[in-house]
Amino acid sequence: MMPGNPIDIMVDRKVPAEKRAEMAHELGYDRPMHEQYLSWAKDIVFEQDFGNSVRYKVPVWGLMMDRIPRSLMLCGWALFIEMLIALPIGLLCAIKKNSLFDRFTVNFTLILTAMPSFWLGALLIIIFAVKLKWFPISGYQSMKYFVLPVFALMASTLAGTLRLTRSEVLEVLNEKYVTTAYAKGLPDRTVKVKHVLRNALIMVSVQVFMSVPWLISGAVVTETIFGIPGMGNLLLNSIVVQDFPVVQAVLLLIAILTVVFNLISDIVIATLDPRIRIELSGGDK
Amino acid sequence: MKEELLKLEHLSIDYKVKGGYLSAVHDVNLSVNKGEIFAVVGESGCGKSTVAHSIMALLPGGNEHIEGKILFNGQDLRTLSKKDMEKIRGRHIGMIFQNPLDSLNPVYKTGSQVQEGILLDGIGKAEAWQKVIELYKDVKMPDAEERAHSFPHEMSGGMRQRVMIAMMLARNPALLIADEPTTALDVTIEAQILEIIKDLKKTYNTAIMLITHNFGLVAEVADRIAVMYAGEVIEYGDVFEIFHNAKHPYTRLLMKALPRKTQKEGRLQTIDGSVPRILDKKPGCRFANRCPYAMERCSLETPEETFAAETHMYRCFLAGQAGREA
Amino acid sequence: MNGNKSKETLLSCLKNINFMVGFLMLLSVLLVAVFADQIAPYGFTDQGVGPRFTPPNGEFLFGTDELGRDVLSRVIHGTRLTLWVAVLGASLQLVIGVTVGLICGYFGKWVDKFFSFLTDLTWCIPSTILALAVVTIMGKGLTNSVIAIAMVCWASYARPVRAKTMSIKTMAFVETGAAFGESSVALMFRYILPNVVPALIVMVSTTLPATILSTTTLSFLGLGSQAPSPDWGLALSNGINYIGSAPWLSIFPGIALVYTVLGFSLLGEGVRDILDPHMKSQ
Repeated sequence: MMPGNPIDIMVDRKVPAEKRAEMAHELGYDRPMHEQYLSWAKDIVFEQDFGNSVRYKVPVWGLMMDRIPRSLMLCGWALFIEMLIALPIGLLCAIKKNSLFDRFTVNFTLILTAMPSFWLGALLIIIFAVKLKWFPISGYQSMKYFVLPVFALMASTLAGTLRLTRSEVLEVLNEKYVTTAYAKGLPDRTVKVKHVLRNALIMVSVQVFMSVPWLISGAVVTETIFGIPGMGNLLLNSIVVQDFPVVQAVLLLIAILTVVFNLISDIVIATLDPRIRIELSGGDK
Repeated sequence: MKEELLKLEHLSIDYKVKGGYLSAVHDVNLSVNKGEIFAVVGESGCGKSTVAHSIMALLPGGNEHIEGKILFNGQDLRTLSKKDMEKIRGRHIGMIFQNPLDSLNPVYKTGSQVQEGILLDGIGKAEAWQKVIELYKDVKMPDAEERAHSFPHEMSGGMRQRVMIAMMLARNPALLIADEPTTALDVTIEAQILEIIKDLKKTYNTAIMLITHNFGLVAEVADRIAVMYAGEVIEYGDVFEIFHNAKHPYTRLLMKALPRKTQKEGRLQTIDGSVPRILDKKPGCRFANRCPYAMERCSLETPEETFAAETHMYRCFLAGQAGREA
Repeated sequence: MNGNKSKETLLSCLKNINFMVGFLMLLSVLLVAVFADQIAPYGFTDQGVGPRFTPPNGEFLFGTDELGRDVLSRVIHGTRLTLWVAVLGASLQLVIGVTVGLICGYFGKWVDKFFSFLTDLTWCIPSTILALAVVTIMGKGLTNSVIAIAMVCWASYARPVRAKTMSIKTMAFVETGAAFGESSVALMFRYILPNVVPALIVMVSTTLPATILSTTTLSFLGLGSQAPSPDWGLALSNGINYIGSAPWLSIFPGIALVYTVLGFSLLGEGVRDILDPHMKSQ
C-alpha cells in the first residue's frame, strides 16, 4: 500500500532483497502498523525521542531544533505585519464604507485571495530582487532575507483578516452602545478606537490566533520558494524522500501547535470579552 | 420661568430611498422650556425618534436630508462643526435610549463607562470615580460602590437604564432626551425609573424631552405634550389642555386607546391601520386615510397650524367639532 | 409560474456584475480548454520548437522554456488540467461531505457525534498540511492530490448539510414520507437532499477557488502533477529555478491561474448574492 519504502532511500537498489528485509526487521518496519505507532508514541512520551531521520541518520529532534527558530521568525513577523496592515485599513474601510478607497481595498483583497502564495512569492522576487535588487533572491543569513518571504506568506491571511476586520467594524458601528458613546460627548476618535475597534477586535483576534496553524502550513510553500531551511522545507523534503520519522515528528508538532493556538484563542476571547469570562470560570450567570 | 431652551423650526427630515425620498419628519415646530418635561407622543414609526436623534446629530445612515433649524439656547446646532457638536453632546444635551440591554458596551465596567464622560471635563480619575458612585446613589442604584464595578451583562434591565441615566446626567446637561426610556422594562421598574427622572428634574433642574408611545406615562409626568403622526406634529399644548380639550381626532383616539380603570367596556379601543410611509409630499392631511371623520377636503388640502390657545396648536379642519359626543 | 421564476433568476444573474464578469472569465477559460488543440501553436510536449529561454516575442508570445518548449502552448493546455481539477475536486468533496452531513443530520446520536468530531478535526488542522500527509501515504500524482484535497476539505460541506438536514428532518413532508414507509436512504436523498441543493450550489461555487489553489499548491510542491504535464503549479515551480534569468516562465502560468481562480471567486460571490441574499457580502 505504501508507495515508497524507507529502506529504499537508505540503501542502494542493488542491495539484495534479503538484506533489505533484515534491515527492515532491525528497524521495525516489518511490524504491524499499530505496533509501530505505539512504539513511536511511547518513545516520544517517555524518552522524548522522535527517532532518527532515515535520510540524514541523525536524531529528528536535532534536525527540528535547527529549523524551528527560522520558521518561528518567519511566521511571527508575518503575523505582526499582517495585524499592522489589516487592522487600521480594515477600520478605515468600514468607516469610509463604499468610498473609492473601500472599494479599491475590497477588490484588492479579492485579487489577493485569488493569488497563490507561490506565485506572489515569484512576483515579489522578480520585482524586488531581480529587477530592483533591493532584496536578495533567497537565503536566510540576515533580516534582509526575510522581508520578501514575510510579505509572500502574510498575503493570503492578510486578505481574510482585513475583510473580517472590516465586516466586524461595520457590525459594531451599528451597535447602540456606539451611539451611546457619542451621546456622552466622546470625541470621534475615542469612540472609534475605544469602543468600535476594541469590540471588533474580539472576533478578529480569535480569527488571527486560529489562523496561526494555517500560517505555518503556508510556510511550507514560502520556505520552498525562498530557500529558507525551516520546518516547512524540512517537511516537504522529507515527504519527497519518504523520510517518515521526520514527517511524523513535524506533523505532530503542527498538530500540537494547532491545539495550543486554539486554546490561546479561547483564552484571548475570554480576556477581551467579560461575558465569556463568566461562562469559563463557571460563574453565577 | 418660561425660558426657551430648545426650539425646532420647520424641521423636515427625508431619507433617500429607492425611487425617491421618504418623508420621516415634516415641518415640525416645537420648543422645550428650561426645567420642564416635554413629552413627544406617537405610534412607532411616526418620526419621534428621528426628531430626537437629529437634535443630537446622531442619525444613523448618512442618507438623510435635513431642513429647518434646531435652535439650542438660540444657536442653530445644524450649523455647528462636528467638533463643536461633540462638545454639545453629553455636556449640554444628554440622551437615553430605548433599549438599555444594548446601549452599554458589554466589554467595559458600567462605572468606567460613566466615568469616561466625566473625564472629558478635565476632572481627575479618582474624583471622577467618586462622582460615579454619587451618581449611582442619585439614581437609586442598590450597592452603588459594588455596582460600579459590574459589567452590563451582570445587571438587570432596570439597573442598566439607571446606569444610562447616571451616565447622561454625569455632566449635568441642560436638556435630557429620553427616547422611550421605559419601553423595554416591565411595569414596576418603569414606575421606579419615572420616579427617578422626576426627582432628577427637580434636583438638577434638567429639562427633559420624553419620547414615548405611552399616553398614560405622559399624563403622569409631562408638563407639555406634542402628538406626532406620520412625521408631523398634529397637536401640542399643556398637558391639561390636551387631556381635557384635545382638538385632533388622532389625539382623542390615542387617549381612548389608553387602558383606564373607569372604562366601562372591557375592551381596549384600537386605531385601525398603521402609520403610512409618506413617499411623495402630496397636499392633504396625513391622517386622512385612517380618520373616522375624514372629509373630501382632508385629502386635498394640508391643514395649517391652528391655535386653540396661545400654547395649544393643532392641525385639523374640524377644530375639534367632530365626534364630540363620542 | 415555474418558467416565470427561472426567468426571474436569469434576470438577476444578468444584473449581477460579479456573476457576469466571473461567468465571462470562466467561459473564456472553458473555450480555451475545449479548443486547446486548435489554438495552441505547438503541442505541450514539443521540445525545441524554438531556441531555449527565448523571451516573449512575436513568434513565442509567452517565450520558451529550458527545453525550448512554447510556454503559450503549455499554458493553453494547462487550462484543461485546472478545469479537470475543479470538476473532480468539487464532486469528490460533494460526495463525501454530503453523505457525511446527511448521515449526521439524519441519524443524530453517536453517529453524529463521531462524524462531527471528525469534521471538527479536519476543519481545524491546516488543509495543506493534512493534504501533504495524505499525499505522503498515497503517493504523488495529480489525481492523488485532488483526492487528498477532497479528503481534507469535505468538512466545509458536511457542516451546513448536517445543520440543514436536522432542520428539514422535522418538517411535515419528511415525516409524512416516513409514515408512508419510505426507507431512510430514500428519505435522505429524495426528500431532504433536494432542499439542500441551493445551499450546495452556493457552497460549491465559493469553495472552488480554494480547491484549485490547494491542488495547484501540491503540484507546485512537486507532489501533484509530474513532468511533462503542463500543470500551472508545476510550471511555476519549474519557473522559480530560472527566476533570475527567465522570469516569463513564472509570470504567465501565474497570470492564467489567477485569472481562472478570480473567475471562480467572482462567480461564487455572484451565485451567493443571487441564491442566498441573507449572506450578501457587505
